[in-house]
Amino acid sequence: MARYVMAIDTRRCVGCMDCVVACKTENDVPEGFNRDWITETVRGEFPSLGLEIRSERCNHCAHPPCVDCCPTGASHVHERGGVVLVEGDKCIGCKACIAACPYDARYVHPDGHVDKCTFCIHRVEQGLLPACVSVCPTRCMHFGDAEDPHSDVSRLLATRPHHTILPEAGTEPRVHYLT
Amino acid sequence: MNALSRRRFLKISTASVLGAGVAGRAAGLCSGLRDPLDPRVRTVPTFCDVCFWKCGAIASVRGGRLWKIEGNPDDPLCRGRLCPRGTGGIGAHSDPDRLRTPLIRTHERGEEKWQEISWEEALDYVATRMQKIAAQHGPESMALFAHGIGGTFLKHTFRAFGSPNIAAPSFAQCRGPRETGFELTFGEGVGSPERTDIANTDCLVLIGSHLGENMHNTQVQEFAEAIGRGASIIVVDPRFSVAASKAKHYLPIRPGTDLALLLAWMKVIVDEKLYDADYVAEHGFGFESFAAALQDCTPEWAYPETGIEPELIRATAREMARHKPATLVHPGRHVNWYGDDAQRSRAIALLNGLLGSWGRKGGFYVPASIDVPSYPYPDYPEPKRGRLDNPERKFPFAGEAITTGIREATLSGQPYPIKGWMVYATNLLHALPDQAATLRAIQQLDLLVVVDVVPSEIAGWADVVLPESVYLERFDELNPEYFRQPFLALRQPVVAPPHDQKPNWWIARQLAARLGLGAWFPWQDIEEYLAHRVRAAGLSYEELKEKGVLLGAPQPLYFEDGAPAEFPTPSGKIEFYSTQLERAGFDPVPRYTPPEPGPPAAFRLLFGRAPMHSFSRTHSNRLLSDLMDENCVWVNHRVASRLGLRTGDMVRLRNQDGVLGNRVKVNATRRIRPDCVYLVHGFGHTARGLRHALGKGASDAELITRYTTDPLMGGTGMNVNFVTIETKD
Repeated sequence: MARYVMAIDTRRCVGCMDCVVACKTENDVPEGFNRDWITETVRGEFPSLGLEIRSERCNHCAHPPCVDCCPTGASHVHERGGVVLVEGDKCIGCKACIAACPYDARYVHPDGHVDKCTFCIHRVEQGLLPACVSVCPTRCMHFGDAEDPHSDVSRLLATRPHHTILPEAGTEPRVHYLT
Repeated sequence: MNALSRRRFLKISTASVLGAGVAGRAAGLCSGLRDPLDPRVRTVPTFCDVCFWKCGAIASVRGGRLWKIEGNPDDPLCRGRLCPRGTGGIGAHSDPDRLRTPLIRTHERGEEKWQEISWEEALDYVATRMQKIAAQHGPESMALFAHGIGGTFLKHTFRAFGSPNIAAPSFAQCRGPRETGFELTFGEGVGSPERTDIANTDCLVLIGSHLGENMHNTQVQEFAEAIGRGASIIVVDPRFSVAASKAKHYLPIRPGTDLALLLAWMKVIVDEKLYDADYVAEHGFGFESFAAALQDCTPEWAYPETGIEPELIRATAREMARHKPATLVHPGRHVNWYGDDAQRSRAIALLNGLLGSWGRKGGFYVPASIDVPSYPYPDYPEPKRGRLDNPERKFPFAGEAITTGIREATLSGQPYPIKGWMVYATNLLHALPDQAATLRAIQQLDLLVVVDVVPSEIAGWADVVLPESVYLERFDELNPEYFRQPFLALRQPVVAPPHDQKPNWWIARQLAARLGLGAWFPWQDIEEYLAHRVRAAGLSYEELKEKGVLLGAPQPLYFEDGAPAEFPTPSGKIEFYSTQLERAGFDPVPRYTPPEPGPPAAFRLLFGRAPMHSFSRTHSNRLLSDLMDENCVWVNHRVASRLGLRTGDMVRLRNQDGVLGNRVKVNATRRIRPDCVYLVHGFGHTARGLRHALGKGASDAELITRYTTDPLMGGTGMNVNFVTIETKD
């Protein structure tokens, strides 16, 4: 079974938000909303500073609390790659998943259902990369199958230091940040 | 100086064969190719216009609606990946605030009250007024300000009309000092796209250049590659930029003192004999006099000026020398800062000369372009009076026209009156310093015409506003790019304009017809013009339409590979000592003058770029404004704390001349020195038509009431304004 993950190189990322706008056009995300976003963490004192820039999104967790709490089964784990998806037609907009998500990765679409990152599964199924990955001018984003030892992501995660966001939440996030 | 830059043209002799699968034209649009993955989708290759970089792009239309735009993998500039502005460029097409029909002013200038009129009426009005001005004052009394490749056809109309007064802020408000500084040293400018070999550099030095925030696509891509390769990066900036966060050495310099640092670096490299002695001996002129002029510029001398400790100056100089000649001291782009900018840029050129990086791998490559002959037009009439932006060559090393010189002439009426301005795709009120002077100049005019896609601030002062179709809706001038890999690119329409907007070439042609200049537009249709030029270059227009980009043969990029080592300076060499500067009364080797201090307790106002916006022209694009819809003022966190300010608090900036800026949020941050504040340029719109952007953030332009003029080339140094922070509204 494939297990899709992202490995994002924070050393290369400049925080330009191309990933954000590419997602918006690819997925027709309505004005005022976005499925991915940029976070910056500053450490140290001027001028000895460190800055980590991260492109963040749904972590497609191995233990997704948003799926566990969904009363209708709209939030589910897709058979392909373990991607966490929302089936708009089944969603009643109760927002339980929004409350359960430690990453604030979900929003209510103006059409009434909850929406979030899909790892662009519609593109992945066509053999394409997610829009955010394919557009990135710094080539800081990598997507692939962590179960495949020869994939880019497996190689990077085996050789580079990396971290996830809020690992203490116990959700086993699948978006990894290379440092 | 030798104003001619060497141009390496590449002749293509064999025409390519029309590729399969090219679809025909329908209603002026390129019907494009079907997407094999989705039959509802058609794709059209074109090139971007959200900034001036001109990346090749492929636009997708799904179900008749513009869906997305992606980088063209064949395009050497973007290599298949656009920047956020390019990706969000489709928002320019759907922008609900864009200009829709021609407008004529019904009230006082600047009141932004209009009547919608037809193109016939608008063009008749403009042509009649232009002819009246020409009859009374001569055709030279009409000036054109035009930015970007789209200005080509209006410039053509103006030259045919008989006016030599054509300028763009991209020289005297942007990259001009750099071009002058490099021309004085190497005989050639850096050009655009810059000939910087970031892709292969082992040591990249950025002085104020904030790549990553400043989103010139190729450069940012290569910057990320340099980071990935572990290149040594040195960043000099009063602000801890994104680029600074990637650096091995960050030098938090005191604003305005960069030249002192550059001289001290060169002093270390000369004293410790770390320079490329063979390269300097072979290509250099006046090295001994240059070295002697650096005598007092020790790191200890530079320390109190720059705030950079002598050992750090030495360590970074040695770091640069260790990697020579694959060390690139980046020339920057927007470099009109302090009025000594051409000499500072020359110092950057000299440092690169010492390191042997000009013409060398990892430094500056030697670019080339495909030779695309110009269209066989009649000669332009010789203007009876010459350009008036630089009277008596007051600025002897200005290689291009000076916008602010035209403004001064408009105000003074000397050496002759300017009575009409046409403004194409440049928001002069945000681009030029001293807005009040621009507005006073406008009051001297009998005619102000603005051609633009959005109702910008300058459009608000126009007599007639002509709405242009956006780049996704029009053909445009060809781009035979002068680059690492020579190529030719085509812009072609993807979708129809949503209202009564027209392309620049149509406007220019219609205007020319009304001015009796039809002989200069012998072609009936833009594609006739484009195909003629492409075929004259020995290429297939049909193939260009299908692919968007045609590549020329690669040329040697470096001296070591056979690229010609030519320096079109008076000595034919790299001028470490400049006799032409000396003869003109300037320092033959750059000399440092300390910056003028500001008023007590005031902060120097600095400005820069954000990656998702271009100038002041993208803030009503909803896709891009969703990424950033206002700027904030960066204030050192300790200063903010002393003033009782937190991130998110609203303040106003007041400058040294009492000008009070718009309300703006504070960003209390550790990432800036305590003696300056920083704004992203272009926000704080006041034009009422920009409904979405109106009043969001603060405008640096309105606070830049003062500037220092570069004596070599007339550039306007704009980082010479100081502000205090007003916390009570």
